[in-house]
Amino acid sequence: MSTETTEKLNAWTREIVEWHFNPETGCKFWLDFAEKLSWDPRKEIQSFADLHKFGFFEDNWLRSGDIRDWLPKGNVGKPMYVFETGGSTGQPKTRLSSDDLRTDYSNFSTTLNDDDFPKGSDWLLLGPTGPRRLRLAIEHLAQVRNGICFCVDMDPRWVVKLIKKKQLAVLEEYKRHIVDQALTILKRHKNIKCLFATPKLLQELCSRVSLKQLGIKGVFCGGTQMDAQFHRFAVEELIEGAAFVPTYGNTLMGLACHKPYTPEDNYDIIYYPPLPRALLQVVNPDNPKEVVPYGELGRVMLTTMTKELFMPNFLERDQAIREPACDLYPWDGVRNVAPFSRMGATVVEGVY
Amino acid sequence: MLHIPLLRNGKQYTSLNQSEITDHRTGEVLATMSLANPGLITKDIRENKKVWHDLQKLSLDETLEMCKKAAGLFLNAEIPFANTTQTPEQFVKYQSASTGMPENMCRANMDKVHWVLTNLRDIIKSLSGRVDFSIIESGYGVQDGIPISFLPMARQLGAVLPSNSPGVHSLWVPSLALRVPVVLKPGSREPWTPFRLLHAFMEAGYPSEALSCYPTDYAGGNNIMLYCERAMIFGDDSTVRLWENDRRVEVHGTGFSKVLLGEDIVENWQEYMDVLFTSVMANGGRSCINTSAIWTPKYGREIADALAKRMVETRPLPLTHPQAELSAFSDKRMAEYMDHAIEVGLDTEGAEDVTAKYRQGERVEVCEKSTFLQPTLIHVNGYEHPLANREFMFPFTSVVEMPQEEMLKTIEKSLVVTAITNDPDWQRELSCCPHIDRLNIGPIPTCKVDWLQPHEGNLFEFLFQRRSFQKTP
Repeated sequence: MSTETTEKLNAWTREIVEWHFNPETGCKFWLDFAEKLSWDPRKEIQSFADLHKFGFFEDNWLRSGDIRDWLPKGNVGKPMYVFETGGSTGQPKTRLSSDDLRTDYSNFSTTLNDDDFPKGSDWLLLGPTGPRRLRLAIEHLAQVRNGICFCVDMDPRWVVKLIKKKQLAVLEEYKRHIVDQALTILKRHKNIKCLFATPKLLQELCSRVSLKQLGIKGVFCGGTQMDAQFHRFAVEELIEGAAFVPTYGNTLMGLACHKPYTPEDNYDIIYYPPLPRALLQVVNPDNPKEVVPYGELGRVMLTTMTKELFMPNFLERDQAIREPACDLYPWDGVRNVAPFSRMGATVVEGVY
Repeated sequence: MLHIPLLRNGKQYTSLNQSEITDHRTGEVLATMSLANPGLITKDIRENKKVWHDLQKLSLDETLEMCKKAAGLFLNAEIPFANTTQTPEQFVKYQSASTGMPENMCRANMDKVHWVLTNLRDIIKSLSGRVDFSIIESGYGVQDGIPISFLPMARQLGAVLPSNSPGVHSLWVPSLALRVPVVLKPGSREPWTPFRLLHAFMEAGYPSEALSCYPTDYAGGNNIMLYCERAMIFGDDSTVRLWENDRRVEVHGTGFSKVLLGEDIVENWQEYMDVLFTSVMANGGRSCINTSAIWTPKYGREIADALAKRMVETRPLPLTHPQAELSAFSDKRMAEYMDHAIEVGLDTEGAEDVTAKYRQGERVEVCEKSTFLQPTLIHVNGYEHPLANREFMFPFTSVVEMPQEEMLKTIEKSLVVTAITNDPDWQRELSCCPHIDRLNIGPIPTCKVDWLQPHEGNLFEFLFQRRSFQKTP
């Protein structure tokens, strides 16, 4: 990371810690947390590296207690959304949000090519809506690009249940049900040129209709089910020349940006977090305080720092290879994110 | 390094996802293998429906001739394989190294598949009830004055195949003679047979578009099962339970095959020791048609003792040894798990490992870096004992004493039952018992297969459904 980027990250870290631990602006959770500490975060956290002093963020903190404990006083009065995670590691985690999703997706919008995702064209979202932030996020992305977003819901928790019960035929029927609705929308609204879909729904859609004939120019696809082989398969065999933008985003982080395809990456999927709002580190699973060398596999650790959520050192359910900076994104990235193998049976995979 | 690509409708495809196939003894990588992402399989299945129509242009005589030619190539020839060629000797070496099967058994299984392929004309005649091939080809006709029509039920036959039993490939190959394309998922350690067979078919001139083989994960296997109109699956009970009520699917799970001795012959039990021994021990004892329980109305202790003494004579040998009769475990943890399961079962009162007192060494034995389970016979005091009806992937049987009249009241799903009796009334009862799939009356080993008869379902009736058909002259 360049000195400039590091300085920017450290400054942002100080600003966010000041916000969340200042009694005038912080939230009850972190203010209570600080009271139990023998040190003052506002004084002692002067850089991103100092965040290790907080230890590891526990996901159960987002599963229990009053959700308003997470509302920074500085944000009181703003319209609030509640977003939940998919529940693939158990009970869903919950967070509050006001502007973060719009900020994340407005920033992301600047990375999209206007030829592939034409401004003024409409979008179709095939994926989870409900208490997930994805719907509002994609809608906002369409809106900042002067488009309208149509949505078809997929309930990931129902899918988790079907997978656990091994009701594969019902799962297939549910997938068809979702795509049936998508086809109705796509055939009626000819200005839809951009698509967000989970990998499985993209496959199902492409098996039933030609995206090219429908005029789809850009496909935005997300989920950890996506690997290099799927990336290649989608580009070579599914999307018929449309642009393919793999994404990695979640309720807790926001949205990472994909390194544009180059042949030498051989379809590996490489993401860069939206620094300084979030940072991904690849750490040694046996000693998460240690970042692995570039090119090595480790567990993904997320730190989110916005004025709506402060979440330091959260060990994700994912593993990845640590990726060095690139021209577009001069900070650490992650390559080939996949479910953390040691979590084994505790993660329900195949949802997206 | 040998790399095994996917076979997508006859075309090789190297995936970015790959796995390694290792020698179970040394961990040496024998080959890498492409793995299909599930969506790719679905796409191919959906897009390849027209191939079935192309196959219908061939006559059964032509496909049978190709099968015969493929059989010879499979057994004897150096043929293209993946990115190179493969001799039968190389095939045997690879298969033995990755699966733990002795080389002589690998050859025996090649012979078995070869026999089936070269005798498919008779097998299809038998399974179809001697229907004239022209009726199968055209879909309708008149035979012996009776109008007959068959509706083809599948444009593709899917098969999710095991790693531990290469003989099962005899079950899907008739599909190609019947002009139904195949979509296979090989076992993760045994891609050798399906790929070699499909390459042999291509060399024999069979339309390659009808031949697909996808090493893949669980989800990919499920897609084969879901998207092929007919499919067969091999696996343990938890795997096949998912599909057992799906009429599109033929399930091949645990066999629970048995030998039942009748009251009328039991006084002469010594005469049947060869049948009992072969039923338990043949083919390394790991097949679903190997006996895993012997029920007798009398002399349970004596039978157990005599059979156990004979079973322990079979000892682990190097896999290259021409007399090797036991298969090794490709994953030694599986052997340890089974050994532990048996020990836990023995904790329940009423069971004795009769082989333990005769065998050399422990049940788990290592020979030249291969891990084996030595033949094991448990005498149990009743059918309810936890070890009375267990099946493991090595020569394992229980011996249970029970009155003859209780046997058919107690029996549950059993793939093969050999009932040794001359009692016509009991023979009749046995032949009507709904829990028995294959029934042998008389001293016939459970593992002796008559390929002219159905095995866990009739493949012809699975692929073709008789229906009413009328046509104006």
